[in-house]
Amino acid sequence: MIVRISGEGQFRLPDEDAGRLNELDNRAVKAVEQGDETGFRELWSQMLELVASDGNALADDELVESDVILPPRDVTFQEAKGEFTGDGLIPD
Amino acid sequence: MPGLGGRMSTVIKAKISRMLDRAEDPGETLDYGYQKQVEMLQNVKKGIADVVTAKKRLQMQSGKLEQQVVKLDTQARQALAQGNEPLARTALERKTLAQTELQTLDTQVKELEGQQEQLTANEQKLRQKIEQFRTKKEVIKAQYSAAEAQVRIGEAASGVGEEMADLGLAMQRAEDKTEQMRARAGAVEELEAAGTFDDITQLGPGEDDIDRQLKELTSGAQVDDELAKMKAELETGGGDSPALEQGKENP
Repeated sequence: MIVRISGEGQFRLPDEDAGRLNELDNRAVKAVEQGDETGFRELWSQMLELVASDGNALADDELVESDVILPPRDVTFQEAKGEFTGDGLIPD
Repeated sequence: MPGLGGRMSTVIKAKISRMLDRAEDPGETLDYGYQKQVEMLQNVKKGIADVVTAKKRLQMQSGKLEQQVVKLDTQARQALAQGNEPLARTALERKTLAQTELQTLDTQVKELEGQQEQLTANEQKLRQKIEQFRTKKEVIKAQYSAAEAQVRIGEAASGVGEEMADLGLAMQRAEDKTEQMRARAGAVEELEAAGTFDDITQLGPGEDDIDRQLKELTSGAQVDDELAKMKAELETGGGDSPALEQGKENP
């Protein structure tokens, strides 16, 4: 699957990572709903780590759409409130 | 990957399909898409130039403040050596304020530098994607029937479209931040215009509005500490500072 980190670029991840990413996404939504910024930060860095460890950056001349678009790395908690809602970034 | 695709990508997809719907003729869609991409690239360049301008302005202010910090410190020492403690206190209050502003400015300059780098890298990436799109566009136009072309355009345009939309978001964030910094820079300029960081020897201590505001703005404890330190230096005859030397010459 293709994951984009907004403002950075696209990464190709093994499809098996979708479940893990989705789980982190859902937990991030909960953290945001509960106003738990520390919890959110922790989950968010885990999501970024997953992309960094398993993902390979796409070549600049590849024209493909992303399956998941993550917010910018430095997303503020305020911004996260707009992104991590309902089903999260990845609808179940 | 079915079921995946976030809110932002949904928005982006909607934008792209609107773009694709606008023209019936695939060739026209392709050319329109390409034209939009080139326009976007121009906007990115402009956005980067704005960030650079904002950064330069902050750097200039930061340089000026640095000089003022040194000057006010010297003046505080001179005032103290002459036994004028209230004047020394005023100078230190101003110095504290200038230092606080300086720290904020420096942080902001660093942030802007990061943004500039990021935008420049993204611009490079988008340029490559647009070039790729231009090549594909000509191939699609030459090789496929209208119906087939529509499908292939969708694929290629979505890839570039997403890149463009993402860069659009990054630009928006950079602009918001630049705007905040402009406001901040404006506030510092107002303080400067009000003479906050000016030569204190031109003023008596505690005589004007600025000083009343200063007392509210600066941390009294920090000023007290620094004043005490300066006094101690003066008493132990730590006359290695040129300001103190001057003070001794003029008791």
